[in-house]
Amino acid sequence: MRAFTYERAGDAREAAAAVAARPEAKFISGGTNLLDLMKLDIERPAHLVDVSRLPLDRIEDTPEGGLRIGAQVRNSDLAADPRVRSRYPVLSQALLAGASGQIRNKASTGGNLLQRTRCYYFYDRNMPCNKREPGSGCSALEGFSRMHAILGASEACIAVHPSDMAVAMAALDASVETISPDGETRAIPVGDLHRLPGTTPNVETELGHGEMITAVTLPPAPPGRQIYRKVRDRASYAFALVSVAAIVEASGDGIRSARIAMGGVAAKPWRAAEAERALAGAVASDRAYTDAAEAALVGAQGYGGNDFKIPLAKRTVRQTLAAAIERA
Amino acid sequence: MAETMTNTGIIGRPIDRIDGPLKVMGRATYAYEHAMDGAAYGYILGAAIAKGRIAAIDTAEAEQAPGVLHVMTHRNAPPQPDFGPAITPTVPEVFTRARPMLATDRVRYYDEPVALVVAETFEAARAAAGLIKVRYKEEPGVFDLRAHLADAYAPKRTNAGFETDSAVGDFEAAFPAAAVKIDATYRTPYEHHNPMEPHATLAVWSGDGVTIHTSAQTLANFRAGLASTLGIPPERVRVVSPFLGGGFGSKLIIHADTVLAALAARVLRRPVKIALTRQQMFANAGHRAEMIQQVRLGANPDGRLTAMGYEVWSATSSFEEYCEQTAVFARSLYAAPNRLTRHRLVGVDLNRGEWMRSPGEAPGMLAFECAMDELAERLDLDPIELRIRNEPTEDPERGVPFSTRNLVACMQEGARRFGWESRNPVPGQVREGRKLIGYGMAAAIRPNYIGASTAQVSIDADGQVTARLDMTDIGTGTYTILTQIAAENLGVPLSAVRIELGDSNFPKTAGSGGSWGAASAGSALHNACNALKEKIMAAARSSEGSPFHGANATDANFAGGAITIGDRSERLADLVRRIVPEGLEAEGSVAAARESAAYTDYSQHAYGAHFAEVAVDCDTGEIRMRRMLSVIGAGRILNAKTARSQIIGGMTWGIGAALMEETVLDSRHGHFVNHDLAEYHVPVNGDVPGMEVVFLEEHDDKANPFGSKGLGELGVCGAGAAVANAVYNATGIRVREFPITLDKLLPALPSTAI
Repeated sequence: MRAFTYERAGDAREAAAAVAARPEAKFISGGTNLLDLMKLDIERPAHLVDVSRLPLDRIEDTPEGGLRIGAQVRNSDLAADPRVRSRYPVLSQALLAGASGQIRNKASTGGNLLQRTRCYYFYDRNMPCNKREPGSGCSALEGFSRMHAILGASEACIAVHPSDMAVAMAALDASVETISPDGETRAIPVGDLHRLPGTTPNVETELGHGEMITAVTLPPAPPGRQIYRKVRDRASYAFALVSVAAIVEASGDGIRSARIAMGGVAAKPWRAAEAERALAGAVASDRAYTDAAEAALVGAQGYGGNDFKIPLAKRTVRQTLAAAIERA
Repeated sequence: MAETMTNTGIIGRPIDRIDGPLKVMGRATYAYEHAMDGAAYGYILGAAIAKGRIAAIDTAEAEQAPGVLHVMTHRNAPPQPDFGPAITPTVPEVFTRARPMLATDRVRYYDEPVALVVAETFEAARAAAGLIKVRYKEEPGVFDLRAHLADAYAPKRTNAGFETDSAVGDFEAAFPAAAVKIDATYRTPYEHHNPMEPHATLAVWSGDGVTIHTSAQTLANFRAGLASTLGIPPERVRVVSPFLGGGFGSKLIIHADTVLAALAARVLRRPVKIALTRQQMFANAGHRAEMIQQVRLGANPDGRLTAMGYEVWSATSSFEEYCEQTAVFARSLYAAPNRLTRHRLVGVDLNRGEWMRSPGEAPGMLAFECAMDELAERLDLDPIELRIRNEPTEDPERGVPFSTRNLVACMQEGARRFGWESRNPVPGQVREGRKLIGYGMAAAIRPNYIGASTAQVSIDADGQVTARLDMTDIGTGTYTILTQIAAENLGVPLSAVRIELGDSNFPKTAGSGGSWGAASAGSALHNACNALKEKIMAAARSSEGSPFHGANATDANFAGGAITIGDRSERLADLVRRIVPEGLEAEGSVAAARESAAYTDYSQHAYGAHFAEVAVDCDTGEIRMRRMLSVIGAGRILNAKTARSQIIGGMTWGIGAALMEETVLDSRHGHFVNHDLAEYHVPVNGDVPGMEVVFLEEHDDKANPFGSKGLGELGVCGAGAAVANAVYNATGIRVREFPITLDKLLPALPSTAI
C-alpha cells in the first residue's frame, strides 16, 4: 500500500470537487474492495476522499411510488429494509446472496456498484492485465478462465463484474443519480452504468473523474414475482458462476411480462431483452422457458475454462422462470 | 514399570478447553501479536518468475523510502550454508536442514523471496517493497504433471521413510485373470493448508543467541533448522510458540518469515517481525502436490479381492523432493493375495510440497475408496459388504496381527445409525423436488505413532502441579488433555494442574504432527507424573514425622488431592509443604515407538467409517451436503469434546477435498492462480450440515499407557470419498477429477422436466 492523503468530505458536491481536483484521488466509503486492492498495490490512489459520513444514508419513498436509496446506505440495511423486502424482494435476495455479513455491514450501495472485477490475473501485479495496465495483454484469455465472461467480452478483457446487487437493480430498471464537481446532477440507468470492455477495459463505467453516485432510484415495483437465483461453488461467500434475477408477471396460463438480468456472465449486469420479448404473451411452459433461455444466451462465447457457463446459464434461466411462474 | 494409573475418570471426560477463555478474550498472544519495544517490520518481495536468475535488482528507491531501515537481497544477505541436495541422507534431516533465504541470484519458484524490506512500520515496508525493480533472466520451467509423466522416477523413499514400492504375490498375473475388474484413474489437485494464522515470526537477538516468537508445530525442528541456517549451535536458538492458529502440517519446518526475521534482526540489532501475507502463503508455506492415481482392483464374483494395484504419480519440487506416502495406507487396509503399490515422482519448478493434514490418506483414500465404491457397483454388492468380505485377519503386507481393528464394527454401527439400508443402490433414482439425493460411505484408516518425548513435572508447597514440555497446541486441545492426564495420574483436581507448552527451553517432545501429539507428549507426561509420585513417596517414607514413614509405596493411592495407604491418609499439599517445602520435580520420557515390539509385532492403526448424504441440484449441478456421520474406533478417547472437534474438522476437510479445494497452477507462469481465500474455497458454515460423530468403546493396550490412538487426522481419511460416493449415488455421474465441481457434472446431468 502506497502512502496517501485523506480527507472527509463535508457534502456531496465538495466530495466530487475534491476528487476532481486531483487525478489520482478516489472516493472511499466502506473500503471493502478498495482497501484490498490498495494493499495489493493494484489501486494506488494518492488521495482518498471519505464519503462514508455524508448524509446519503436514507431510503426514501419517491412520489412515483418507488424508492430512493442513498449511496451510503449499507448493504445490510438495504437488504433488511421492510419496503425493499416486501416490494423488491429480488433486491433483498441478491444483497443477501452477496459477500458475508461482515462485508455487507460495511459495503455501501454506491461502492457495491463500483467494485472491481475479481479476475485472478487483475489481482496479481506480475501478470499482464489490460484492465490494470492498458496494452499489457489479457492473461485470462488463454489462462484459467473459469469465472470469466461469456457475453460482451473482448479480446482485451474477459472479466466479469462481481456484484449481485447490481443484477437485481438492472432487472428493476433502477437508475443511478450522480453529482459532478460543478454541482450538476444526472441519472444513468443501472444497466448503462458499466461499460463492456471493448478495447478499453480499464474504463469501466460512464462516470467521469470526480462524478459521484449519490443515490439509486427504484421505479415503482413491477408487477409479478421476483426471484434472485445465484449459482455458486459453495453455499455462501462465493461469487456467482451465474446468477439470474427474474421478474415474471403471470396471467392465467400465460406470461404477461418478464424481465431477466444475469450476473457472472459479463462486465455488467446483463439484461436479456430478446428473452423478455419472447416471453411476453407466451404460454407458461417448459418450451417457453427453454426458448427464453436460448434467447438469453444468444451470442454467448466461452473461453475454455468457462464454457460450462453457457449451458449453466441456460439451465438457470429456465429453472428460475419456472420457479417464478409456479409461485405466481 | 509399575502401572500406577488411578482411574478417577478425568481422562475421557468432555472437559472444555483450558485455553478457551484466553482465546475468546483475546488474551492468547499469537506470534505476530507479541509486543516488543523497538520492533521493526519486514515485508518480503517475491519473484515474478518461476525459474531463472535475477539479472539486476535496484533497491535504491526503496532504501530512500520513508521509514525504511534495511533492504536485504542476495547481494547483501549474511552468508548462509548452501541449500544442498534435493534429498537428505536421512528422514530427520528433512526437518532440520538449513533453509537459506536470499542466498543466491537463482529463482527456483514463483514468489520465492528476492528481497526483504525492513521498516519502522509494516505499511512502510510493504510500500517500499513495491519500489524495488527486479530484472530477471527467465528460463523455461516444468510445471505440468500430466505432460511430463514420461519423466517420472521412483524416489528412494516416501515421506516418513516408507518404502516406495511394495509387492505381494503376482499382481500382473492375477489382475488380468480376475473375474471382475476396475481400472480407474483419479486426479487430485494441488491443495493448500491455509491455517487461519499466517506464518509469522518475531526475532529478538540477545548477545549471540536469538529468540523467535513464532507459530510452530514442532519447536525442535524450528530450533535445529534455524540454527543450521544461521550457522550457530542449536542451544543459541530459543523458540517460543505457546499458541497457534492452526498449522495442518504447514508449520513443521521453518519458512521465509523465520529465517529472514532472524537474519534481519541480527543485521539491524533490533527485533524484527515478519508475517507472510495470505497470498504469499500459497508459494512459501507448503502445499499438497497434484497427483494422478491409478487403482486397479480384481475380484471374484463373490467380491473377494484377488488383485490390488495402486500406483501414484505425484509432482515434486525439483530442488527438494517430497513424496507423499499416498498408497501406503492401502498396504494395511484390505485383504488381497496379489498386490502392488508404487509411488512415482515428476520434478516441477515449484516450492517443496509439505505435510498436509493426513499426508497419504487424504488424497489416497479420496481416490481408493471411490474405486472400492466402483467395484461394489460392478459386483452388485453393497459397499459395506464388499469391505467386510475383504476384511483381513492380519496386516496383509506385513503379516503381523492388528493391535485393535474395529473397521467392520464402525461400518456396521454407522450403517445402523445412518439408515444405510434405505439407500437406493441404483444411482440417480432419488428425487426430492428439484434435488437428487444420494448416500455414500467410505472407510478410514490412519497409522498410530509415538515420537520420542520428554516432560518435566513439579509440585510446590501449595500442591500446585506444573508440567513443562516443548509440546504445542495447534488448536487440537493439547493443553486440555495434558491437564487431564496429569490430574488423573496424580489424583488432583484439574485446577491444581498448570500445563506450560511452546518453549524450547522446556524438555523436547515430538511436537504436533502425524496425529501423535497426544500419545507422545501424554505418555512422557504420564511417565513424569509416575516419577514424581515415586519421589513424593520416597520423601514421605523417609520422613520421620510422616504418616507414611516406612510404608510400602506401591500401595499408595493418589486420589482426591490426597495420598492414602490403607487407613493412613494425608493431603498432598500438606505433605509436600511439611516434608519438601521447596517442592519436588521429576522428568519422564517415552521413546520413539517405531522400533518397539508393540510396533514391529503389531499393525497399529485407528479406523473409522464415514457416511454422507448429499443433495445435487438437478438444474445447476450444485452439490450441497445434507448430513454426515462418522463412527470412529481409535482406542480410548482422552477428551470426548476435543476428540469430536478433531473428527468434525477432519470431516469438513473431506467435504472441501471432495467438492471445492483446488489450487490452480497456471502452467504458463508456474504460479498458483487462485491464491487467496476468496478464490481458494474451503467449506463455509453453510456447507457443513449436521455432523454426528460416534466413538466406539475401545482400548488399545499396544498403543500407549492410555490405550488411545491418534485421531487428529483420522477424520479426513476417507471422508471425501464418502461425499464423492454420495454424489455418484445421487447422480450416476462418476467424476474422477477432484474436486467435484458442478461444471464436471453438467455435461452428463440430464435435463429434468419442469
